[in-house]
Amino acid sequence: MSSPAEQLETFLQRVPYVRFLGMRAELAGDEMTAILPFAPHLVGNTFLPALHGGVIGAFLEATALAQLSVTQQSMRVHKTIDITIEYLRPGRALTSYARAELRKVGRRIANVHVDAWQDDRSQPFAALRGHFLLSADT
Amino acid sequence: MSEVPTTVRQMAEHMATSVPQAAALGFRLLSVDVARGSIEAPWREDLVGDPDTQVISGGVVITLLDHTCGLAMSSSAFAGTAPFSTATLDLRIDYMRAAAPRAGVIAEAHCYKLTRTIGFVRAEAWDLDRSDLVATAQAAFILNRPHPTGAAA
Repeated sequence: MSSPAEQLETFLQRVPYVRFLGMRAELAGDEMTAILPFAPHLVGNTFLPALHGGVIGAFLEATALAQLSVTQQSMRVHKTIDITIEYLRPGRALTSYARAELRKVGRRIANVHVDAWQDDRSQPFAALRGHFLLSADT
Repeated sequence: MSEVPTTVRQMAEHMATSVPQAAALGFRLLSVDVARGSIEAPWREDLVGDPDTQVISGGVVITLLDHTCGLAMSSSAFAGTAPFSTATLDLRIDYMRAAAPRAGVIAEAHCYKLTRTIGFVRAEAWDLDRSDLVATAQAAFILNRPHPTGAAA
C-alpha cells in the first residue's frame, strides 16, 4: 500500500481531465483540500465573469473522487453513480477550494458531501452530494 | 432549425461555441428549438477521466449537461416575449454507464415547464446510441427578469 500522499498524487497525475481543469490538492493528514486556480478557459459567463457551472460541478466531483483515492486505496478510478450539485453563489474569477466529507463508506458504495468556497469558507458557493461505486483492485 | 427565430439560432451558436469553457471543450451545436437544444462534446485525449479505459471524463459530461440545460433555458428566454437571464439552482446527474472508449458525448435538453420564476429542465446524454444512455440530468433554474411586473414573484 502506498501512502495517502502518493495515492493522491497518482490520482491527480494520471487523470488527464484533472490537468485540463488545472486542479491541485493538498493533504494534511487524511484531510484533503482541493484547489482550483482561476483560469480564463474555465469561464462560463464572461459578463460577471463567473466560472462555468459545469466546471464547478466537475471540480466538486473530482474532489470527491480524489478524497476517495486517498482513503479507499485502489489503482482504479472509483465510479460516480449519481450527484446533485447545488449552486449557492456565482463562482467568481478567484481560486476555489473544496473539501469532501465521506458520510458513509460501505463495502461497495460511498456517500460523499463536498463544499466549495473561495475567499471565505463560511460562504460556500457550491456543494455536491453523491454516491460513488468503489472500485476494488483485482 | 429552419423555423426557429434567427436571434435564437444566433444565441445558441454563440452559447455552444463562444463561451470560453464551451470553446475549450470543443462543443458543437447540433440543434436548437424553442425550449430545446442539443450539443456534442467530441472525445479528446486531454479530456479523459479514466486512463485505463480512455473514457471521456464525467466532468465533461457534467459541463455538457449543464450547458445544454442552459441552452434549453435560453432558447425559451429568447423565443418568449419577455427575455430573462437565468442561474442554475441545482443539477442532478445520474450516470447509467461509462461512455465508450474514445467516444464523444451528445446531450439533448428540454425545458418542460416554465413558471414566472423557475424553469425545470431534463436532459439526456449518450455516446453512440440514443436508446442506450450514458447519463440523465434534472435541473432547476431561477429566472431573472429585467423588469418585474404585476404580482410579486
